[in-house]
Amino acid sequence: MTTEYQAVIAEFEPIIGLETHIELGTNSKMFCSCSAQFGGDPNTHVCPVCLGLPGSMPVVNRVAVESTIRMGLALNCSIAQWCRFARKNYFYPDMPKNYQISQYDEPLCSDGYLDVTVPTENGPQVFRVEIERVHMEEDTGKLLHAGGAGRIHGATHSLVDYNRAGIPLIEVVTKPILGTGELAPEIAKAYVSELRDLMRALGVSDVRMEEGSLRCDVNVSLNRQGEGWGTRTETKNVNSLRSVERAVRTEMVRQAEQLRLGERIILETRHFNEETGDTTSGRSKEEAEDYRYFPEPDLVPVAPSESWIEQLRGTLPEIPSVRRARLQNDWGISEFDMQSLVNAGALELIIASIDAGVQPSAARKWWTGELTRVANERDCELEELTVTPADIAQIEGLISEGVLTDKMARSVFEGLLDGEGNVTEVIDSRGLVVVKDEDLLVEAINQALSESPDIAEKIKSGKVAAAGAIVGAVMKSTKGQADAAKVRTLLLEQLGVKE
Amino acid sequence: MSDLTRQSAATLASAIARKEVSSEEVTRAHLDRIAQVDERVHAFLHVDPESSIARAREVDQQLAKGELSSPLAGVPIALKDLLATKGVPTTCGSRILEGWRPPYNATIVDKLSAAGVVSLGKTNMDEFAMGSSTEHSGYGPTHNPWDLERIPGGSGGGSAAAVASFESPMAIGTDTGGSIRQPAALTGTVGVKPTYGGVSRYGIVALASSLDQAGPCARDVMDTALLHAVIGGHDPRDSTSINKPVPDVVAAALNADVRGMKIGVIKQLKGEGFQAGVLERFNQSIEILTELGAEVIEVSCPHFEYALGAYYLILPSEASSNLARFDGMRFGIREDDGKDRSVEEVMSATREKGFGAEVKRRIMLGTYALSSGYYDAYYGQAQRIRTLITRDFAAAFSHVDVLVSPTAPTTAFKIGEKLDDPLAMYLNDIATIPVNLAGNCAMSLPIGRAPEDGLPVGLQIIAPPMADHLLYQVGSALETALADRWGGLLISEAPTL
Repeated sequence: MTTEYQAVIAEFEPIIGLETHIELGTNSKMFCSCSAQFGGDPNTHVCPVCLGLPGSMPVVNRVAVESTIRMGLALNCSIAQWCRFARKNYFYPDMPKNYQISQYDEPLCSDGYLDVTVPTENGPQVFRVEIERVHMEEDTGKLLHAGGAGRIHGATHSLVDYNRAGIPLIEVVTKPILGTGELAPEIAKAYVSELRDLMRALGVSDVRMEEGSLRCDVNVSLNRQGEGWGTRTETKNVNSLRSVERAVRTEMVRQAEQLRLGERIILETRHFNEETGDTTSGRSKEEAEDYRYFPEPDLVPVAPSESWIEQLRGTLPEIPSVRRARLQNDWGISEFDMQSLVNAGALELIIASIDAGVQPSAARKWWTGELTRVANERDCELEELTVTPADIAQIEGLISEGVLTDKMARSVFEGLLDGEGNVTEVIDSRGLVVVKDEDLLVEAINQALSESPDIAEKIKSGKVAAAGAIVGAVMKSTKGQADAAKVRTLLLEQLGVKE
Repeated sequence: MSDLTRQSAATLASAIARKEVSSEEVTRAHLDRIAQVDERVHAFLHVDPESSIARAREVDQQLAKGELSSPLAGVPIALKDLLATKGVPTTCGSRILEGWRPPYNATIVDKLSAAGVVSLGKTNMDEFAMGSSTEHSGYGPTHNPWDLERIPGGSGGGSAAAVASFESPMAIGTDTGGSIRQPAALTGTVGVKPTYGGVSRYGIVALASSLDQAGPCARDVMDTALLHAVIGGHDPRDSTSINKPVPDVVAAALNADVRGMKIGVIKQLKGEGFQAGVLERFNQSIEILTELGAEVIEVSCPHFEYALGAYYLILPSEASSNLARFDGMRFGIREDDGKDRSVEEVMSATREKGFGAEVKRRIMLGTYALSSGYYDAYYGQAQRIRTLITRDFAAAFSHVDVLVSPTAPTTAFKIGEKLDDPLAMYLNDIATIPVNLAGNCAMSLPIGRAPEDGLPVGLQIIAPPMADHLLYQVGSALETALADRWGGLLISEAPTL
């Protein structure tokens, strides 16, 4: 932790708040039967409803309501007996109707909490994040700015793809999170991570962060000890766990600088720059945009019955924190180790690898070792690497069949990470085949012995430990494609030495 | 069969079913009538004779094969121009939608098509249904067939005039605050606003979603009932449509009997502001209903005096949002001078050019009423009034079966007479608006001509939600009694043009 950050903490108390939008994994859109699949040729997943054509009307997707209620229940919220959608009115070309159907003062779920665990010097610490509300809304279309740098500034024109328009979104809003102290960035990250795991565990979304299906708005304010709350800023569209942490931290440092200079913080939205980690000023909220919310008259209210809610409560799976405790016990690892692999974003990948047939220890070794190192080097999330749990299962299988050595396996990973193709393609292109021909190996052993006659004598005289040097030379001359144990056995046979 | 355009829809349907006449012949007769008189009436914005005739031939073939058994098969209809019709221009009376051909049909357009009803074209209306005279159309006013210098009412003046001028035996209108009933009253025709949710709104370009309702227009009660039965019912694409069977309106129209029924006269809707001749005809109808065996009593709906105010907050609020999508980006006109304009500039220029003054006025009103800090005082307060009006109706219906009032306070006024006085124009809907606010159903029935100007007067019958059949039962009884006196329907007295 930088001394700069330490100085901020010594002088100020942070208050953070998080608004997280997550695309639900329903088959169809929020208000029509168009496919909600990601991608597709532009403007192919569209109909009169999600294009907002005159006369068209929305109809609520029951599965989306169900998913939202389940999410609310998992977040310990109370579920509204009766609530309405509202229109949020503003003009923007990615919004077909120039209003967004959302929920305003009558959210479907409210007043819950989520416990998150963060690492501290004194071991993992549980922190309760209170949830203000969980509500449903529709996504907007996507703008593509052509000519220029892909940004609206300097563009000659913009194209709109309405495939995303009407995809169901769930928005989870926290209450102001107080008393975090220096842990604010970690708590923010742990909260989003826990929320993501919860969504996945519930099966309501697979939360593909690389496709932008989770977007986080990060609110931060600072105040000096004993003073009232400071003015907050809202950093929009922070799209990865690491970025959430960085956005909180850099915004705290930036605000502290301003405040020390005696300047006031402006209530505004800010943009997060993934490359630099800085935030830059967006639109001022001081003259707040007036969204003219009113109840959506094209939809009937949502009134989930008590029995439906109870039935949905019965479908809730083991929640992630409980599951983590169980796995920690199954794998026989410490709370600290569990916490580090969670922080590294490795837990789900390890579980997926185990599900694909990998031994738990091997799965942990790859994801928390080599792959975490590469992810850190590349400054990205583990799940953004081009290695999948299925790849690990395949490689581990090849190792146990003796087709690959441990060393060669590392080379396969290198190839996968560099985008050289799938496991088989990498093995082929890199020529990674274990030399099994004993004659070839014996030839290589004799060659090595003749090059180091002194070592040969040592081994013969009973210093078996010296065999390592010869094995090493053979591995080198076979470019690592021999099985070291096999080489050692053959070598000792060759010299007539027993272990 | 003598002049096909003078027949009722029911008569035409049964003649077509008996193969005495073809749908093609009936359709051609009406297209000829349109060609003959519509230059003067201007009921239609879009007519495509070839496709109407082609469709009529298809229906004739289906009928010949016995594939259609609907009670209106082969009968032509006129559609208000805010119904989305696939591939057919749909302007909502606005220049902003000029050239737009929707890629889909409104649910009721599909229902009519499945029932073998043949569209003659799209009818004129006040722009986006905002108005009571059809003068606010972006394509010029419609003229009242009873007196071409007068307005036919609005917003559905085109649909009412098409029926009154015998250009079409029936039409579809929409009613947000009286847009079916007031034009019916002013043109001597029958118009019904069904219970809110009784007819699908899917594909009907929304003015005020919580008030809008499509309904039938025709020259007599039975035709209106037949059309109501075809278009009514639940639609999975409109979740606000009621998932219950449509009341049997056709059986009710046959049951022309008010003996023992209790009919309430609304005290607040028969005094100040109502034209003398209108009240005279209204009182005469009350006497007839009494003679027919109904018990007529006066009821008070004390909150109706706030209805107009509440309506002119709720409607503009919803309209300001519903009309936001007309921005030149995806459909209709786009105002772009080719210079390096931002999207905001293009949207703004398109809306400035495409919308008329009344639409702009209501968008401004609604935007203001929904603004932060004003919402509670305007939109919120209006919703409370709405609840009180609904309670007034519920209290009244606890002692009467139906309520009656004059449909409109005056007969048809001259074109241009109230154009510069929005408030005077809004007052035309004083008797019809409470019904939309509460979601009830109501009918306007011709009850004679005002002695002072010889123009038609309408009586409004109001029933509780989902009791639409009562409108037809009472309407049919009164219509029969009046026709007996007059020796035919009032509409037969209309000028032949």
